[in-house]
Amino acid sequence: MSKIFSVRYLLIGISIIFIFIMLILPLYVIINEAFHNGFSPYFNVISDKFTLHALSLTLLATGTAVLCNTIFGLFAAWALTRFQYRHSKLLTTLIDIPFTISPVIAGLIFSLTFGRIGWTQPILNFFHIKIVFAVTGIILVTIFVTLPFIARTIMPVLHSRGTQEEEAAALMGASGLTIFRRITFPHIKWALLYGIILCTARAMGEFGAVSVISGHLRGKTDTLPLLIEILYNDFKMTDAFAVSTILVVLAIILLVLKNIVEYKWHQVKE
Amino acid sequence: MIKFTKKNNHRVSIIPGFNLSLGITIFYISFIILIPLISIAVVTNGITWQKFTSVILDSRVIASYRISFICALTAAAVNCFFGTILAWVLVRYEFPGKDLIDGLIELPFAIPTAVAGISLAALYSPTGLIGQFLAPIGIKIAYSPIGISMALIFVTIPFVVRTVEPVLKNIDPVFEEAAYTLGAGKFTIFRRIILPELIPALLLGGGLAFARAVGEYGSVIFIAGNMPFKSEIVPLLIMIKLQQFNYTEATSIAIVMLLFSFLIMFAINSLQIYQQRLIRGGR
Repeated sequence: MSKIFSVRYLLIGISIIFIFIMLILPLYVIINEAFHNGFSPYFNVISDKFTLHALSLTLLATGTAVLCNTIFGLFAAWALTRFQYRHSKLLTTLIDIPFTISPVIAGLIFSLTFGRIGWTQPILNFFHIKIVFAVTGIILVTIFVTLPFIARTIMPVLHSRGTQEEEAAALMGASGLTIFRRITFPHIKWALLYGIILCTARAMGEFGAVSVISGHLRGKTDTLPLLIEILYNDFKMTDAFAVSTILVVLAIILLVLKNIVEYKWHQVKE
Repeated sequence: MIKFTKKNNHRVSIIPGFNLSLGITIFYISFIILIPLISIAVVTNGITWQKFTSVILDSRVIASYRISFICALTAAAVNCFFGTILAWVLVRYEFPGKDLIDGLIELPFAIPTAVAGISLAALYSPTGLIGQFLAPIGIKIAYSPIGISMALIFVTIPFVVRTVEPVLKNIDPVFEEAAYTLGAGKFTIFRRIILPELIPALLLGGGLAFARAVGEYGSVIFIAGNMPFKSEIVPLLIMIKLQQFNYTEATSIAIVMLLFSFLIMFAINSLQIYQQRLIRGGR
């Protein structure tokens, strides 16, 4: 028996050391470096004009992306799981594309489409719309990168439930909205919340795609992750880590929420 | 299921909202995904085949493919190893702090990649918390391919753990008990009974981790050092070309990467279908 116990402790030990080195130490480093010069410089950095502007832009892009993708996710999940038709597989595969594309390529395709050399340029010029190197572009790529999250978390839940309940309700004369509100929504409530949390986390931290499209106009098109890069490359390490703490706090809040939602969701399942 | 078959093999369901929801879905996908993707074709139209091959076969580009590929593969392999241990520990054992570890697994998905990047660079630089112990014995992590792998391991930790976990939960302990009573050791039981069950999940989790790692940018650039031929990854090379407004070269390199990504995606999709069948137990 003692041999089994030693394997158990060995494996638990490896897990704890791995988590400690890979996850906890990096977090510790961020906090440690951020307060390197004490509290008062820290608060100066995070209440700086540029930091607050970057924070508001990050929140704007994240909020818009999550809102758009939630609406899309609900419609897509409805279209792809409540009905059977020939090309539903194809559409599902298309939704997954942003997951497989490197964020840098995501940024690239948007600048090829809407940028200076883009083929949509005449149309955009006509309406005086600026997308690349502007806030609109940042929001668009954030939407692109986080598009699959919500749709792909709701879809398996709806898929496994089948369509009988909705069909019964429809036969009894319920309208689409009533069916969704009274039957579908209660089932997908936790999955939807879970997807929204994942989507938010990814949207607020998106770096590669936003970096291509933003043009780094400081105080104009800088989100928090981009501001961190600029500060870091200017050798303002402490400032970069101070700005990072804002995102770390948001990340930890999201992580806790994710775990709560997961727990509740699990309870409902059982 | 109630449905009627029309002439064109299009089934009509009694559930309302088909046209509306499908319309919105197709419109949204076209606008956000397809139109930007098509631009690649529009730009490529202006590139001659010679130009294209000379760009993608340039020695610096080839070196970056190799670095991206090897580092991503290393990260996926390391995560397959530790991910299996983590999943095993989380499913099979009870110990204080287990819930904390379970809750922390998704931290890399929550932490923005740029933040992870600067934090890892600080941790492993020769003066950093871990780097200062490794530098005297000649191990250089930051500003080398090992650093790239380190960053990629960090961002892809959750994939393997979360794909192996449900399969492990589903394995009936009866088989292990039978093997044990027949005199098999712990290691034999793992190798002969558990591992074969886990292999599809490991391939899937490892594949997802690999796919993510190949395209990863934010967390890598701070720790990589970004020296051409040594520690320059493909996404960074695309970025450099873009900053020089060299759109044709950037697009050419991106096309190779896109094709590669689609290939991985195809493999993962097939595996996913297989994995779903395993979890549901319908074998």
